[in-house]
Amino acid sequence: MQIIIVGCGNVGATLAEQLSKEGHNITVIDSKSDVVQDVSNNFDIMGVPGNGASYSIQMEAGIENADLLIAVTDSDELNLLCCLIAKKAGGCHTIARVRNPVYSREINFIKEEMGLSLVINPEDAAAMEIARVLKFPSAIKIDTFSKGRVELVRYRIEEGSALCDQSLKDISARLKCEVLISMVEREDEVFIPGGNFVLRAKDEISVIGSPKNTIQFFKKLGVATTRAKSAFIVGGGEIAYYLACQLLTFGIKVKIVERDRARCEELSELLPQARIILGDGTDRNLLMEEGLPQAGAFVALTNLDEENIMLSLYVKSISKAKLITKVHRIAYDKIIGQLDLGSIIYPKFITAEIIVKYVRAMQNSIGSNIETLYRMNNDKVEALEFLVKEDSPVLGIPLQELKLKPNLLISSISHKGNVVIPRGQSVIRAGDSVVIVTTLTGLHDIKDILA
Amino acid sequence: MNYSIICYILCKILDFAALFMALPCLVGIIYTEKAAWSFAAVIVVCLAVSLAGRRFKPTSKVFYAKEGFVAVSLSWILLSLVGAVPFYISGEFPTYLDAVYETVSGLTTTGSTILTDVEGLSYSIQFWRCFTHWIGGMGVLVLILAILPLSGSYNMHLMRAESPGPSVGKLVPRVKSTAMILYGIYILITFLQVIALLAAGMGLYEALTLTFSTVGTGGFGLLNTSIGSYSTVVQTIFIVFMLLCGINFQLYYLLLIRKPKDVLRCEELRYYLGIVFLSAALIAFNVRGFFESAFQAFHHALFQVASVMTTTGFATLDYDVWPEFSKTVLFLLTLLGACAGSTGGGFKVSRLVILWRCVKNEVSQASHPRSIRKIHMEGHIVEEGTLRSVQVYTAIYVLLFLVSLLLVSLDEFDFVTNISAVAANFNNVGPGFHMVGPAGNYSQFSGFSKVVLMFDMLAGRLELLPVLVLFSPRTWRKF
Repeated sequence: MQIIIVGCGNVGATLAEQLSKEGHNITVIDSKSDVVQDVSNNFDIMGVPGNGASYSIQMEAGIENADLLIAVTDSDELNLLCCLIAKKAGGCHTIARVRNPVYSREINFIKEEMGLSLVINPEDAAAMEIARVLKFPSAIKIDTFSKGRVELVRYRIEEGSALCDQSLKDISARLKCEVLISMVEREDEVFIPGGNFVLRAKDEISVIGSPKNTIQFFKKLGVATTRAKSAFIVGGGEIAYYLACQLLTFGIKVKIVERDRARCEELSELLPQARIILGDGTDRNLLMEEGLPQAGAFVALTNLDEENIMLSLYVKSISKAKLITKVHRIAYDKIIGQLDLGSIIYPKFITAEIIVKYVRAMQNSIGSNIETLYRMNNDKVEALEFLVKEDSPVLGIPLQELKLKPNLLISSISHKGNVVIPRGQSVIRAGDSVVIVTTLTGLHDIKDILA
Repeated sequence: MNYSIICYILCKILDFAALFMALPCLVGIIYTEKAAWSFAAVIVVCLAVSLAGRRFKPTSKVFYAKEGFVAVSLSWILLSLVGAVPFYISGEFPTYLDAVYETVSGLTTTGSTILTDVEGLSYSIQFWRCFTHWIGGMGVLVLILAILPLSGSYNMHLMRAESPGPSVGKLVPRVKSTAMILYGIYILITFLQVIALLAAGMGLYEALTLTFSTVGTGGFGLLNTSIGSYSTVVQTIFIVFMLLCGINFQLYYLLLIRKPKDVLRCEELRYYLGIVFLSAALIAFNVRGFFESAFQAFHHALFQVASVMTTTGFATLDYDVWPEFSKTVLFLLTLLGACAGSTGGGFKVSRLVILWRCVKNEVSQASHPRSIRKIHMEGHIVEEGTLRSVQVYTAIYVLLFLVSLLLVSLDEFDFVTNISAVAANFNNVGPGFHMVGPAGNYSQFSGFSKVVLMFDMLAGRLELLPVLVLFSPRTWRKF
């Protein structure tokens, strides 16, 4: 597809890289010409320097033939104007990033009237992601397929867990759960495991199955599956506000530490049920006084990455709370990942991921039949969901007789809403949605899995 | 420096060299010439070496600007060395050095020759000489980018290092599609000229080879008199296609996507055509005494101007006997060259326009010290970086020119010969004046001078920087 991205900050650049790798033709517009230069040198895309809301600049970027315009500049107003002009000039789909809560509250009206395809609020999205993790704190990350009917739960094996030093065959024989361990990451290496694969402590495994079955799997392992009962949030920004709203509706108790008095008052008006504390989140005495060691979850949401990381490391040393750390800078994600901080939230990454997901769905209506795609572990692994069409060559053949490519695993088959963990005798039927986990890239159709 | 990926690209170059040589080999088979065997042998060796090299898979995908420059320069040098082998082993060239000179001259679309008798060559060797122009015209790495599935960021580094012009832009977001469009236009123009020449009554072999020489703006001919013995109609076809290939290929893309207004608005095109017709008119007036009619004078003046300005280097007559004024105009056009983004070489019209505007700005700045003025070109402000690169380019251009002149003067030829030889090679034109005029050739130069001139040709074709990067010791340091 022809895609124009306005605004080339972190999100814009991440999107440009991702979408270009997925085979779309990308043109970026940014008012800073050196930024444009930089991005177009690093990726195979075209850059146009200028104001993205200008009609002539959009024409130069080829808005007439574009399928989609994504506006992710710093300014909400500019983003909305970009989309409005693109809509009139090219009649393409438009995606805008809008973060001001004033607009956010009226977003449905704006979206409807301006004909936007998608409006994304990065803070809200990040809060949603955090809330999802807090509902099942043992997991590092949960991705969903088939409208939530299939879940891919990532979990790190602790020392002394029942999974340690066990082969996958033994585990499935012992636990008898309808789930599949479809991927194992061990110190930078990723495996698509077979039955004889032996797990070790500190491995990061991905468990796939229906939500009910994955919960059961973890219960049998003795891993805490209940949601956190209380959450301690440091930093009272927008993410904290959206997060608190959601947590309170689940009945999770919330404490927010914020250093700015005015903001504290504002928060206490907006969130009467939460406890708002005025103070410096890095003050150890204050944290102790407010009962940090007893909190079920700790969320570091200040504006400084360093402060968030330090706080989480400290909390890790004094309590067993589920840790969630917000990090803005994407570049060093690998090193931060090694710190073993539990869940790291990259708001910019989440924004990009949601937009990429939308683009995939859009493309789906054009040709390819990938329903969902997740890239994991530094893009080394893909989990893809395909919708199987009537004329597919894989229909009706038991899986054990299919000649599959190596490093590829059929992880789940949903047939009319029923999730089945595939066995050798299972067959794929037309209309099924199939999840594939693979270290190969560039699969576009279910038939690509055949060797 | 990532050697493995450069090695990988060089192996691809060998594959392509083998592919290209299949054509002259076929010609040799059709005319049952012995030279066909020399091509066949080189093809086999190329494929064998490339097969052996392919066992070393690129270990890392690291590819930065440095690798881009080095890969491009090395590719051209390798292609020149390999392309010269059939010339030499066919026995039709005196030494390997001469054969390499001829190949470099071909690939860089210069068209300067060390042969005294072109007509004595066999058909397949003639074909290969002209075909090297076609390969070099658009650039072999652009072709690789168009055909091979090279993904990732590094294709832009390759494209930038090989394409001519002060600032390299893409036509469409993807380098691969851009390269394909460029080659598509190139092949279309080639096809049109072949048709035109066939319609004018030329044989297929002649039409093909001369078309390769024209669209690559090269200048190797089949006859010792270059284009002189063809009819006026044929010569006019050459004028048209030389001029077409001296235009930025981006404009043809704009025509294809139906934006003719943008083409007319192009400042570089206007200056280019303006300079061509003004020079032709001046020369025609100056040489009117040599011809029977004013039309004849203008026709030959225009042919020579188009040939030199687009850096092709064909000639319809020996213009070395023309008055000094006409020769000086032609010499200045030698230095100037064609448009950016064309197959022509030289300093490029757009650089001259930008430079001229810089000068104008400086002068007005002197009288109004506080005034601030940006330089515009093609309706856009010229970026500070582009301005600097144009100025630095000019400085390097002059420096390299002077150093080459000094080195070539060791041969003790006269000044006009030396300066025009360096200018003609550096700007990829071909013929100069006096001993290296349209009727002369480069065979008298010593081996050392030939090496200097080869360096000039490569530097000129690749727009100086890639070659300088290759020879700079800093490039090869680890840290």
